[in-house]
Amino acid sequence: MEQLLQQIINGISLGSIYALIALGYTMVYGIIKLINFAHSDVYMLGAYIGYFCMTKLNLGFLPSLIIAMILCTLVGVTIEKVAYKPLRNSTRIAVLITAIGVSLFIEYVTMAIAGPNVRSYPPMTGILAKNFDLGGINVTMQQLIILGTTIVLMILLQFIVKKTRIGKAMRAVSLDQDAAMLMGINVNTTISFTFALGSALAGAAGILVGIYYNSINPLMGMLPGLKAFVAAVFGGIGIIPGAMIGGYFIGIIEVLVSGYGNSMYRDGVVFAILILVLIIKPAGLLGKNIREKV
Amino acid sequence: MKGILEKNWVKGLISLILTFGIVQVLISTNIINDYLQSTLATICINIILAVSLNLITGFTGQFSLGHAGFMSIGAYVCALITLNNRTIPGFILGVFAGAIVAAIVGFLVGLPTLRLKGDYLAIATLGMAEIIRIIFTNLDSITNGPAGLQDIPQFTNWPWLFLYTAGTIIIISNFIRSSHGRACISIREDEIASEAMGINSTKNKVTAFTIGAFFAGIAGALYASTFNFINPKIFDFSKSINILVIVVLGGLGSISGSVIAAIVLEIINTYLQSFADIQMILYSLLLVIIMIFRPQGLMGSKEISFSVFGKLSSLFAPKKGRV
Repeated sequence: MEQLLQQIINGISLGSIYALIALGYTMVYGIIKLINFAHSDVYMLGAYIGYFCMTKLNLGFLPSLIIAMILCTLVGVTIEKVAYKPLRNSTRIAVLITAIGVSLFIEYVTMAIAGPNVRSYPPMTGILAKNFDLGGINVTMQQLIILGTTIVLMILLQFIVKKTRIGKAMRAVSLDQDAAMLMGINVNTTISFTFALGSALAGAAGILVGIYYNSINPLMGMLPGLKAFVAAVFGGIGIIPGAMIGGYFIGIIEVLVSGYGNSMYRDGVVFAILILVLIIKPAGLLGKNIREKV
Repeated sequence: MKGILEKNWVKGLISLILTFGIVQVLISTNIINDYLQSTLATICINIILAVSLNLITGFTGQFSLGHAGFMSIGAYVCALITLNNRTIPGFILGVFAGAIVAAIVGFLVGLPTLRLKGDYLAIATLGMAEIIRIIFTNLDSITNGPAGLQDIPQFTNWPWLFLYTAGTIIIISNFIRSSHGRACISIREDEIASEAMGINSTKNKVTAFTIGAFFAGIAGALYASTFNFINPKIFDFSKSINILVIVVLGGLGSISGSVIAAIVLEIINTYLQSFADIQMILYSLLLVIIMIFRPQGLMGSKEISFSVFGKLSSLFAPKKGRV
């Protein structure tokens, strides 16, 4: 029982990271129907920027987090302006290939600049290195930081999407781009803003994964990126609470499979869940089935 | 008798024999040395992969990101058979067994997932390929796990590669011109409209997917036999992407485009080998730039046909009947 609770706590920490990445996927997909493959590399850049701030500039966790989020926002918006905007009216597959190209480009430029080696984050010191023992269950301070940061960011995101003007515009554009344009919404600004929000969250996820797993490398984004996308699909793509639920679900399942089964199969189980979801309920957990119209 | 040179299949046969003969002469005179021969083998394998993926993605319009999965099945089956039976018949058996197993898996995977549309299908096929890869990584007793299979006997040479590549192109281009192929193209253009015209879209999509998987299996088998070493990492997500890039660069729905793109990209890769650090950077930039400026690919959906050569030669030939 204690072991199960311990696993679930580990799963929640991992799930928080997946949820943060999945939010970016789901928002971008909701608004321009694009699987933004470069998103997982923005997350990787977040981890590298955090590493740079902490080791070279000797900054603390919070300033590093904010710097990583700001820089990732800029990267995300630049990607959208340079690579995706010229393709607004071309086929879906062309945009998807571009996204794959951008993703490879970021990975290998990072590799050329920072080197292909694995780097390790500086060890946490002082209060950040504390462990809490709750009756046999071990909770680290890092896990609390991850959970706390994720919850704060998610509340902030919900506030922006539900209560502000730009959030309303985002929801309108994702429902119907043409109608939104006719209502006087600046669609381009709204799309850029969506990329900015998603990238900021990915940057935060990057630095959190850095302090949790300690090691980062230029190709670290690939697999978590795919799994976060699975999380977004699981919850119903385009639906923000769906991405959160999906992220936590995938995180917990993955930890349970490695804890009780064979850790080599954990990725396989995640993808099997994806295929099952797609076959049984393609719209996802919270999605509604939409009738096809001719 | 006079008209026989005008027939397309005769022209096709002649150009095939010429291609085969020229390359064979270049190999025997050692202009194509061992290093370039491995490039040649990669080109042939990539042509098979790209043409078969083009059938699924370009002609039928079903976006698949899992082609490397079928390739790995072909590679492993062929490797295991030839390791136990190191003869030419063993090799032929291995290639076809690999292709058939890949086709069966393709059929089983395609039946449920091809109900999905667009991006969902892409991500489902991606997941399927990852699952295949993870299974190969964990079946230690059969596949030797992450270390992979070594010392696979090498049977492929230019005649074999040519036979399989030309066979793939001929069979798939004939399939596209058959009534099934026309049905596939109509599904790509508008699935609902084609169903209204009485086309069974599920059946045709699964057929195209299974045929694509079959030829991907052949390509995998040739890969195993050419490079005599395979491991699961070779067939990961980036392999599927590489195949897709060839198809898209050549043009979705153009077989000759796929062939040209496979040749051009591999030659670029060979020359960029000396700049290994920046190879992937240039490659990805090329991808983005082509998508922004020519999203339909090099060839669009056009094919190179013999009429192009006809037109070219008529420009230079003296006008008939005025001598």
